[in-house]
Amino acid sequence: MKELLRVMDVKKYFPFRGGGPLRAVDGVSFTVKEGEVFAIVGESGCGKSTLARVILRLMMPTGGRVIFDGMDVFKAGGEELSRIRRGMQIIFQDPMASLNPRKRIIDAVGEPLLINRMVKRGEVKDHVVELLRRVGIDSDALYRYPHEFSGGQRQRICIARALAVKPRLIVADEPISALDVSIQAQIMNLLEDLQRQNRITHVFISHNLLAVQHFSNTIAVMYLGRIVEMARTEDLFSRPFHPYSEALLSAVPRPEVGGKAGRILLKGDVPSPVNIPDGCPFHPRCHRRFDPCDRIIPMLREVDSGRWVSCHLYNGRFGNLKD
Amino acid sequence: MSIFWRRFRRNRLAVAGAVVVAFLFIIAIAAPLISPYDPNEIDRAHILEPPGPEHPLGTDDLGRDVLSRMIYGSRISLSVGFVAVGIATIVGIFFGALSGYYGGWVDRIIMRFVDIMLSIPTFFLILAVIAFVGPSIWNIMVVIGLTSWMGVARLVRAEFLSLKEREFVLAERALGAGNMRIIFSHILPNSMAPVFVSAVLGVAAAILVESALSFLGIGVQPPTPSWGNILTLGKDNIEIAWWLSVFPGLAILITVLAYNLVGEGLRDALDPRLWGSER
Repeated sequence: MKELLRVMDVKKYFPFRGGGPLRAVDGVSFTVKEGEVFAIVGESGCGKSTLARVILRLMMPTGGRVIFDGMDVFKAGGEELSRIRRGMQIIFQDPMASLNPRKRIIDAVGEPLLINRMVKRGEVKDHVVELLRRVGIDSDALYRYPHEFSGGQRQRICIARALAVKPRLIVADEPISALDVSIQAQIMNLLEDLQRQNRITHVFISHNLLAVQHFSNTIAVMYLGRIVEMARTEDLFSRPFHPYSEALLSAVPRPEVGGKAGRILLKGDVPSPVNIPDGCPFHPRCHRRFDPCDRIIPMLREVDSGRWVSCHLYNGRFGNLKD
Repeated sequence: MSIFWRRFRRNRLAVAGAVVVAFLFIIAIAAPLISPYDPNEIDRAHILEPPGPEHPLGTDDLGRDVLSRMIYGSRISLSVGFVAVGIATIVGIFFGALSGYYGGWVDRIIMRFVDIMLSIPTFFLILAVIAFVGPSIWNIMVVIGLTSWMGVARLVRAEFLSLKEREFVLAERALGAGNMRIIFSHILPNSMAPVFVSAVLGVAAAILVESALSFLGIGVQPPTPSWGNILTLGKDNIEIAWWLSVFPGLAILITVLAYNLVGEGLRDALDPRLWGSER
């Protein structure tokens, strides 16, 4: 499979009054292959959403590069930039905030078609009807306003709008977290169908491991602006390496009778990204910390095929220091 | 929209203000039909007559009918109010949008300029400029407009600052929309509510400034009637003709009060923070 997206050492710092910069994203690198579903999980405030916005060039990074389909996202201009724009789309957490409250659905979904001169003005309606049909919205929605719909319907409309430009990559930033539980599964199914039918690559951002378990091929676990572990989904679920991934997975409720209960409770809160702890950023909360953790920052390295971990436990040969 | 109307209607003072505003509009438009005399018709046989059946609000020192002059004067007040506010709103939106959308040094320069403009006592600036360019109704409109846009600019800037980070604006950018489309088609329409309120309040302020200028003799020039210059005549004849001061004074008071009540009613009705509590 061809590589579609390459994120290289992306950093995004925000100026912060009375202190150093707020390091929202602090050196993140990964690649996503065409047709793959790449999940990014982590607690709120770990920089997932900032990373999503930087990848789409909705904000400029402090450092690093993003290559989309061979094009340098931050250096592109003119026609190349508009090709990147059409190639990547984003779906946000709050579908109400994602739709202009004063635009009817036909205008919201039809606008990208007109901006990118994909269809003639007279044909917009037919195309919008078709896009809405693909996400399961009736055409009587055309002339209504966003507030007249439910949360799930609005998210479908946002997906239709993103599909309008025929993207190859969709970055979904917590697309189901703001929805009722009963609706979440429907939206997940819709995204999976789109991914399967149209081979649209997904970067799926979530704080919920369970939500990505059946959808994603690869999972990256983020903590305080860095990736701490990256692995194939089934590998991560069968055996997490990083103590933070371990703790996250132990918090996932398991329905099996007599499933092992051994839940790892993390102490304290996530430190402020203005004041990232010395050494490993996770060490103050880590249940496996040992000598070097509060002094030396562990590097993200491949400790097993397709398994990247940033933890001193795996510093020597694989598994050497574990238990 | 329906919540807005329900909230506005519940505010009795604001509704009363709206009725007065509508009434003043009708008077201004229908002036030639309803005024009993020609406002500039001089009648030397009836100088400074008190209110009576012939002249309901009396006559002035040239025997002109005060009621007719006040009816025509309302046209001046309203047109100065609306044109000046129109200019202020357009200028304010322009600078506020630039400042809030682009940020950085554009924002710093524009906001420092706003601070400078706000630190100058506006009325004396207007006096100085009018003394320089000469009094005419058009000059007055333009000068009032160009000295009262700063509030609008700040409001619009604040709206742009918060709206440009909203997801629907980010989504538009991701979809390939350019800056102009984002500004005019997405941010501006969503930032008009506070601008609308401030424009209505601004009309009251502009009417007051025009009256003051005319009263001082550097506003609308006689024989064109305006509430302000009728007041000047009232001042000259205050001991013998109280009606020349009282009626234009009342007209200014009621008009300004009405616009302020409507403006505040709109502000309360449009403020979504107050919506949750009562439906």
